[in-house]
Amino acid sequence: MLQITEDTAHAVEGIPDGATVMIGGFGTAGQPVELIDALIAQGATDLTVINNNAGNGDVGLAELIRLGRVRKIVCSFPRQKDSWHFDKRYLAGEIELEVVPQGNLAERIRAAGAGIGAFFTPTGYGTLLAEGKETRRIDGRDYVLEHPIRADFALIKALRADRAGNLVYRKTARNFGPIMAAAATTTIAQVSEVVETGALDPEVVVTPGIYVNRVVQVLPAPAHEEAGQ
Amino acid sequence: MSEPLTRDQIAERVARDIPQGAYVNLGIGMPTKVSDYLEAERRVTLHTENGMLGMGPEARGADVDLDLINAGKIPVTELPGAAYFHHADSFAMMRGGHLDLCVLGAFQVSATGDLANWHTGKPGAIPAVGGAMDLAIGAKQTYVMMELLTKKGESKLVEACTYPLTGVGCVSRVYTDVAVFDITADGVAVLEIYGEDTIDTLRETTGLALIDATVPVGSGGSA
Repeated sequence: MLQITEDTAHAVEGIPDGATVMIGGFGTAGQPVELIDALIAQGATDLTVINNNAGNGDVGLAELIRLGRVRKIVCSFPRQKDSWHFDKRYLAGEIELEVVPQGNLAERIRAAGAGIGAFFTPTGYGTLLAEGKETRRIDGRDYVLEHPIRADFALIKALRADRAGNLVYRKTARNFGPIMAAAATTTIAQVSEVVETGALDPEVVVTPGIYVNRVVQVLPAPAHEEAGQ
Repeated sequence: MSEPLTRDQIAERVARDIPQGAYVNLGIGMPTKVSDYLEAERRVTLHTENGMLGMGPEARGADVDLDLINAGKIPVTELPGAAYFHHADSFAMMRGGHLDLCVLGAFQVSATGDLANWHTGKPGAIPAVGGAMDLAIGAKQTYVMMELLTKKGESKLVEACTYPLTGVGCVSRVYTDVAVFDITADGVAVLEIYGEDTIDTLRETTGLALIDATVPVGSGGSA
């Protein structure tokens, strides 16, 4: 049953220590900063986090890492100009890192939501990131076997939800939202606006409400900090 | 025909080979410059792997929108006809061979088209791959643009890469400041030379048995 709330603390209730949590966003675009702030306040620790990056600046995921609440991060691009909190923890051996090519990361998340057992992809074949993985030659091309990535919770950001949990996004902030929504047991979406059921054109719904468990309305804040790298 | 190309001239040279109406991904860094030389009437559509086709130039001033960024996380603009999609669709588009061309930078390219551009392999370096491996193998053609030599004067076009690979046998053409190279089944061919180099000095620099495929001056070759 979909829960709709205006309280981010309520929205992140029940995330336990040791949970695997997907966090949407590419850099800061689409990063659900208010939900991450609520998770920071909620206290869950020993988390495995799946995100494209490993935090930008001093807010959101970067702050969660600074506080030592993330045991492992699965991402494609941890090292950025402003990923100093991750860099420090990683170089001190205090956080585990699994680097996944960005398209494989996306497809592994998609596969989890789509009930795919594993898939062969050409990306990464013959590289360090495919070492130890099963490979197969299909029609003259070499592929690597990759497995789905699923999560207990997904924290994502969308532009607008209706009261059935249908979501629409905004520009490139869409990024991982739709696939993470499908790949987690419990999906929590922060949105700028909740509209009445029927007010979203069914033709433009991007994430159908079947994938969404909790919606929290977060009033649009001024753009959060500057763009990260 | 006497000076090596500047970075902008390499970008201009790459742009000249991009077909009318092509769907193209330009990698972060030097390849981004190629967009400066793609006139609107060529109707080239730019893809950015974080989920957009129809990307316009970098956004300035009031046009900056932090929900509209490119793969380098730089605010950009959208052109008429733009489309947004999620990450799995964006990489499916690439991996599925729907993009005509991808232009990437490189640490090294091997004589058989192996690409190394994601990791120095140095101890203590934090590995970060992003979309590099997907881009390398996804498009119908992968072009590299780079300076031929490292700061230490070593050729980046090599018999076999010593840096960790990004993709195997994926590069088809290499644009540099001193020459354009084609990676062919028969070996590496030199298409054009700029500056003081000759096919022989290039053979010496790269250590490769380069095939001379340059077009004689005056027969329509480029400057």
